[in-house]
Amino acid sequence: MHALFGWLNEKWTALIEWLGLPDFIVPAGQMVFDGICVAGFIAVLVLFLIWLERKISGHAQDRFGPMRVGWHGCIQTVADAIKLIQKEDIVPARADRWVYNVAPFVAFAPTVIAFVVIPFGDGVIVKDLNIGILYLFAITSFAVIAIVMGGWASNNKYALLGAFRSAAQLVSYEVPLVLSVLGVLMLAGTMRMGGIVEAQSSMWFIVYQPLGFLIYFVAATAEVNRTPFDIPEAEQELVAGFNVEYSGMKFAMFFLAEFANMFLVAAIATTLFLGGWKGPFQPYIPGEVWFLVKALGLTALIQVFRWTYPRLRVDQLMSFAWKLLLPLAFLNIIVTGLILVLR
Amino acid sequence: MSTETRELRTEEFKVNIGPQHPSTHGVFRMVNTMDGERIVACEPHIGFLHRSMEKMAENRQYISYLMMTDRIDYLSGLFCNEAHCRAIEELYELEVTKRAQYIRVMLMELNRIASHSIFWGIFALDLGAITPFLWAFREREVVMDLLEMTTGQRITFSYFRPGGVAEDLPVEDFLRRAKFFVKDFPYRVADYHRLLDKNEIFVHRTKGVGVIPADMAVNYGLTGPNLRCSGVDFDLRKDRPYECYEDFDFDVITYEEGDCYARYMARIYEMEESYRIFKQALEGLPEGDVKSPDTPKKIKPPAGEVYVRVESPRGDYGLYMESDGSDKPYRYKLRTPSFSNLCILPKLLENAYLADMVPIFGSLDVILPDVDR
Repeated sequence: MHALFGWLNEKWTALIEWLGLPDFIVPAGQMVFDGICVAGFIAVLVLFLIWLERKISGHAQDRFGPMRVGWHGCIQTVADAIKLIQKEDIVPARADRWVYNVAPFVAFAPTVIAFVVIPFGDGVIVKDLNIGILYLFAITSFAVIAIVMGGWASNNKYALLGAFRSAAQLVSYEVPLVLSVLGVLMLAGTMRMGGIVEAQSSMWFIVYQPLGFLIYFVAATAEVNRTPFDIPEAEQELVAGFNVEYSGMKFAMFFLAEFANMFLVAAIATTLFLGGWKGPFQPYIPGEVWFLVKALGLTALIQVFRWTYPRLRVDQLMSFAWKLLLPLAFLNIIVTGLILVLR
Repeated sequence: MSTETRELRTEEFKVNIGPQHPSTHGVFRMVNTMDGERIVACEPHIGFLHRSMEKMAENRQYISYLMMTDRIDYLSGLFCNEAHCRAIEELYELEVTKRAQYIRVMLMELNRIASHSIFWGIFALDLGAITPFLWAFREREVVMDLLEMTTGQRITFSYFRPGGVAEDLPVEDFLRRAKFFVKDFPYRVADYHRLLDKNEIFVHRTKGVGVIPADMAVNYGLTGPNLRCSGVDFDLRKDRPYECYEDFDFDVITYEEGDCYARYMARIYEMEESYRIFKQALEGLPEGDVKSPDTPKKIKPPAGEVYVRVESPRGDYGLYMESDGSDKPYRYKLRTPSFSNLCILPKLLENAYLADMVPIFGSLDVILPDVDR
């Protein structure tokens, strides 16, 4: 993979030189290429994840899930996407049109940008920033703005309640989420995603940080609005929550962002706790495969939650974050720090 | 609420829920005045499904109206059949044969299991757990097969007749399938218990939510499992036995707590009790006719009035029928359990979270055609 990208890069540079174009085209072209790669990867990934979700739900519920379109329904999602594109794009009367139209893109953009620092393999990373983790959490917190925008602009009370809930929830869970990661950063001594993976050469961090992993995983499930923390969209109370008025491709954008986010948090967990692209039989089984296996496994786990658990109530959700997860996260930091100092 | 918290109050707003809403179980509408996430006041609106069932009865012959009774409570049609038939039988002072009584009890208990298993699935679905819904329908299918092979219908059975039942059981097939059901059902209920009973989130969402004290339950006229979960031990099958319920050994499930969790648990245990009654009735099924030989060809009950009560899955299903000696009832008045059970809803929703509206409404197990008639 690394070699492939290197070869492409070489050819691209040579092409620009041969054409006699100015130098700044080279990095610009690389950026466009990276963007296309990430967006394409996300699109294909989400198609797969939606299919996976439906299969998991089917088998949990004693049925098969989609079976008609393609082998075991594998291109069902493509059919659904085509249907969504054809749908009428409805904007409710008296909606705040500009905000309403922009919200789905605000939801989707941070997800794409966040994938920039995910190390899929040895060197297969768009940009290995030295503040990778900080960048990730800064970017992903934009999601809440999109949800509040969508809920507010829809001029719908269900949507508004969903947006309020979402703002409260995402802001609350951001705190334990970030704190749970601090233990890993202390062990690795770097915020660079590649560096964190390198630091796990001998042993995965989940062994040293089991509590941190649990807190991260629970908080991350809440961050991506999945059951049991899906109160912003709570179907039985708020019908669909913040996206109740959206239809067609705008709805699909929210949907796309939700599934891409789900993979994103699983990918971060893989990088921080499960050794990233490192695994046995390394030269024969490429690192990218190990990474995808681990990240998709965690994604499937989040999906299994949805088909197993009921939903928490909004106040229980808050007290869970502030009264349980947050003290535990602090405890985790203190214990990790003490061990590092005393060792 | 103390004065300090009152000062923190923000603007109240109204949220309209229903008539088309995922968790109003049909066409029920409520207008909730909200203070943030809390419901300040709930104003229910019913009547979207009003078909003037009672007035229609006065313009139809007794036997024709039997087909309409199923539509009153579509999840437990046999109980409405039962009330209608027993009212006519009491006017005639007609004795139903033993076999017919056993068949009636057996099928009614099967219908109770079907109704409660839908409750189980929907209640979990309302709380956001989707899987139980499909599991419940899997078990209901077995019950529905038994009912279908006997009555020919899956929802609107119209199977009971004044003086007995329409036809005998399809004995061989029925016994074979019933044997499978008897063997299989305890494992399924065990699954139910394993899946949700001790689930931390589920318990948090339901325990202590929507508490109905015993006196309140009696004052609001609650019946059925909802009443029994508030600690009042009242079951028509035990306290005013009809048909042949005194022949069977079964327990009345009561709970002291009166919260949603109790109402949920009680219904699962009631399924088990229904299963016990079904098993005993199947073993002791007597031979004989399924229709009383004294049943008149043309149903024209003697003039008089009668009130019959049936313990339906939702509670006390009462029917007041007055006959003037013609072939149509002179007056037909229903006392449906869902209507009485629903009346307590605004009281329970006062100061509850919007999210609690769902389990509270769900745990009352109201069915809208039964409310609106």
